[in-house]
Amino acid sequence: MNAIVNLANLFKSAKDIFPFHGGVHPPENKAQSTQLPIGQLPIPEKIVLPLRQHVGNIPKIKVKVGDHVLKGQLIAEAEGSISAAIHASTSGTISAIEDAIIPHPSGLPDRCITITPDGKDQWIKKTPQDWRNAERKSLVDSLRLSGIVGLGGATFPTHIKLRADGKSGVHTLVINAAECEPYITCDDMLMRERADEIVKGITIAQYLLGAENVIIGIEDNKPEAAKAMQATLSEHAEMQIKIVPTLYPSGDARRLVHLVLNTEIPFDKRSTEVGLQVFNVATLVALYRYFELGEPSISRIVSMTGNVQQPQNFEVIFGTPMLHLVKNAGGAKADTSHFIMGGPMMGFNLPSADVPITKAANCIIAASPTLFAPPPPAMPCIRCARCADACPVNLQPQELYWFSKSDNFEKANDYNIFDCIECGACSYVCPSDIPLVQYYRYAKSEIIALDKAKEAADLARERNEFRLARIEREKQERAKKHAERAQAGKSEAAKNESATRQATDNPTIATSADDTKKEAIAAAIERAKALKAAAQNSASAEQTGNPEKSGAAEQKAKIEKPAPLDDAAKKALIALAIERAKAQKAAALANGSEPKNVADAAESVKKEIADIEARRQAVGLSVEAKSTEVLKLNNTDAATDKKALIAAAITRAKAQKAAADLAKQMQLDSQSESTKE
Amino acid sequence: MFKVLLALVPGIAAYVWVYGSGILITLILATISALLAETVMLRLRKRPIQRFLMDYSAVVTAWLLALAIPPIAPWWLIVVGTFFAIVIAKQLYGGLGYNPFNPAMIGYAVLLISFPVIMTKWPAALQLAQTPLSFSDQFQLIFSGALPQGVQVDAVTSATPLDYLKTQLMLKHEVSSITQAPVFGVLGGKGNEWITGAYLLGGLYLCQQKIISWHLPTAFLAALALISGIFWLVNPEQFASPLFHLFTGASMLCAFFIITDPVSGPTTPKGKLYFAAFVALIAYLIRVYGGYPDGIAFAVIFMNICVPLIDAHTQPRVFGHEK
Repeated sequence: MNAIVNLANLFKSAKDIFPFHGGVHPPENKAQSTQLPIGQLPIPEKIVLPLRQHVGNIPKIKVKVGDHVLKGQLIAEAEGSISAAIHASTSGTISAIEDAIIPHPSGLPDRCITITPDGKDQWIKKTPQDWRNAERKSLVDSLRLSGIVGLGGATFPTHIKLRADGKSGVHTLVINAAECEPYITCDDMLMRERADEIVKGITIAQYLLGAENVIIGIEDNKPEAAKAMQATLSEHAEMQIKIVPTLYPSGDARRLVHLVLNTEIPFDKRSTEVGLQVFNVATLVALYRYFELGEPSISRIVSMTGNVQQPQNFEVIFGTPMLHLVKNAGGAKADTSHFIMGGPMMGFNLPSADVPITKAANCIIAASPTLFAPPPPAMPCIRCARCADACPVNLQPQELYWFSKSDNFEKANDYNIFDCIECGACSYVCPSDIPLVQYYRYAKSEIIALDKAKEAADLARERNEFRLARIEREKQERAKKHAERAQAGKSEAAKNESATRQATDNPTIATSADDTKKEAIAAAIERAKALKAAAQNSASAEQTGNPEKSGAAEQKAKIEKPAPLDDAAKKALIALAIERAKAQKAAALANGSEPKNVADAAESVKKEIADIEARRQAVGLSVEAKSTEVLKLNNTDAATDKKALIAAAITRAKAQKAAADLAKQMQLDSQSESTKE
Repeated sequence: MFKVLLALVPGIAAYVWVYGSGILITLILATISALLAETVMLRLRKRPIQRFLMDYSAVVTAWLLALAIPPIAPWWLIVVGTFFAIVIAKQLYGGLGYNPFNPAMIGYAVLLISFPVIMTKWPAALQLAQTPLSFSDQFQLIFSGALPQGVQVDAVTSATPLDYLKTQLMLKHEVSSITQAPVFGVLGGKGNEWITGAYLLGGLYLCQQKIISWHLPTAFLAALALISGIFWLVNPEQFASPLFHLFTGASMLCAFFIITDPVSGPTTPKGKLYFAAFVALIAYLIRVYGGYPDGIAFAVIFMNICVPLIDAHTQPRVFGHEK
């Protein structure tokens, strides 16, 4: 009698409930699996732990095949910020680290660690933490090693959700005990049997986040669970139970927050941004076990229901083969066609029966054609909008269907397809049996893929545009350079007319020597000009804050790089000239001291030449010109001449090579220097 | 769709009671034509036939059209109308779910424009007719166009209340004196008001079964009452009362069975309100100022065109979004 009164009081508190739009009420099918208490399973013959059991990065393996591990030992550690650790769920030997089929709709294999249990089930040393007297930050940091993820099915690493460190402004914790999906009863049974552990877990989460209020939302189809929770709450005045009506999907975090607080978390914000955080009851038990018992996350409650002989909830260590669980529920009935992981609304058909139980596995349903008749073929949408009436997000599923089907992704995005929580309420009510959610998943993935492709294309286009601009700029620079070089060459010729006149008479060596010189000079002038231009460019770019600034700077650097070459080239040229002079001198000596070519010249000319020669000698320039003349004009002469010529050519070549090497070296030096910078 | 047919049964029963069982012949003809047309088209379009036939949408279209045309019209009229509705207005647009216009109303509009004389030749209610026609008389009339010996056409037909009102008003008679004519009953047309009442009953059943949402009939009836009420209050001698408008013509059929066609109607709750209200407004204006005694079909077709616009501009606020 007393209990009834208590219960009645409990339901009174359900007054301040704020319904959300839509929702459906499929047959609950929860009674089957709540007849027996939570069962324990014998240790299975093998444990297969997929690395991918949570949202985020896959963890890093810390063991190798052949290692002996203890129960609770870390075998893979969290990698990056969003990731979760994995622990050995019983003691034994690592027998394989290989790809195996994981419980995922794709049915694709993924990396798993296989343990062959030794049957001793021997724990590592447990280290409970005195969390009440510990610093919050270090507690949350240590959670990284706990392997705890959201056990409601989302499997988001819990240490991220608790990282707020009291500064988050989280004032209210919403405890998700709605368990709105049909068939699933793991949270129900957990509350009935371990309400105290849940409340302890709540206290820890509350402490870590600095939240003042706690609201526990339970659907009204779980009166026993609500009663058990209420009984445990007596000394926690800040915690309040709210009984919400049984309506799928009230267990969706945002829907539940609306139900109990009348708060609509904006679509683009996280719950913490409005001072709320939501935890599933099973996650809280894992928290309690980690901090107070020192046990990492190695097991969960799983509802084994549907077409099995004896539906029941079991405490299952992660990695247990699903068939082991099925066997302990009396085995699957003969007409079992497949297995569903999760509920019938949001769960998925397991690609194989040979998969392990993971952190996400809150429920395994053995399905048969009688329990889950294959859907009749879809009929056309008749726009009856029953889906819109059922949508808990108040979307227009019939429009989204239309847009998704016709690949009109832009429109689908406009109609907020990304707000769809894929709860399946629309598909459930559709009189035409259209698998609507599948269309939305398709559209979403397509939009994401298109966005990525667009991003890549944008980047490529940007790069190409930059490249084209650079090529164009270089082309212009080259053209300018050529023009300037031509100009410089002309003026040079004019300036050094007297010096070159003789050279023009003997086209081979002299010209080549002269050409080299000219070129060197022209290049030097060109470089100087370019340097000046670049300096101006970059200066103006800097002044105007021109976006081409970096381009200009680059250009400047490029032009500056060869600057040391100037000196190098000069030196090389000088060396070359000296070599040449020496060789010519030698050749001249071999021919006799007087240049023979002047012999035939008129007296006045001879005199003039002698004059010039004298002047030249005075300035120390004569040798080259004179000797070249000699060499060139008297090519009729003996082998000695030739020899001398060859010798001179060899020396010249050597000198040129040396100059080139030097120049190269200098260039390399300057480059490495600039890269260092 | 089967429940929609079920909801029409009281209306049909009242129809038979008021006009005789000749309507059943029209209904059967319409059903057969519709199923035939649908089968042929589905076969041509290589669609599964049975699955589409068994959803009864073609039958609903056929019945609505049958109930909208005079029950003593020649047999080919309903056949032509039904074929047009199913083949042109429905299947050629892509079949179930793809027709932008209400097929029954397209069929009706085609018949009204093509055969205006036949379409306005309504039989007098049995209780008013000088010579009530028996079932066999009606059968003969429908299939051979021959009246029983010695019976004049005028003896079996009568102007509908809307028609009568319109012509009398044009003759500068006053509403209060016009409605004294025998063709008028307490609410609408004599006898006719019973059929309308039965439609209302069936419609309420559909609402209760959540086959149709309350938005459309409520908005339609409220808007029709409001607009006619305003005119009536301004000049009761020139304009008929709101009750008359609600219970004559195709008002009730329209409110619960015609504008509730989901395919050609809007889907958002607000959109449904606008859609229905505008249908009522246009229908009323056609009744009062237009060239036809009733304007439901044209109003519906016109508003069908506006559906994409209405839907686009009446999107409800999505959870977690600002308006």
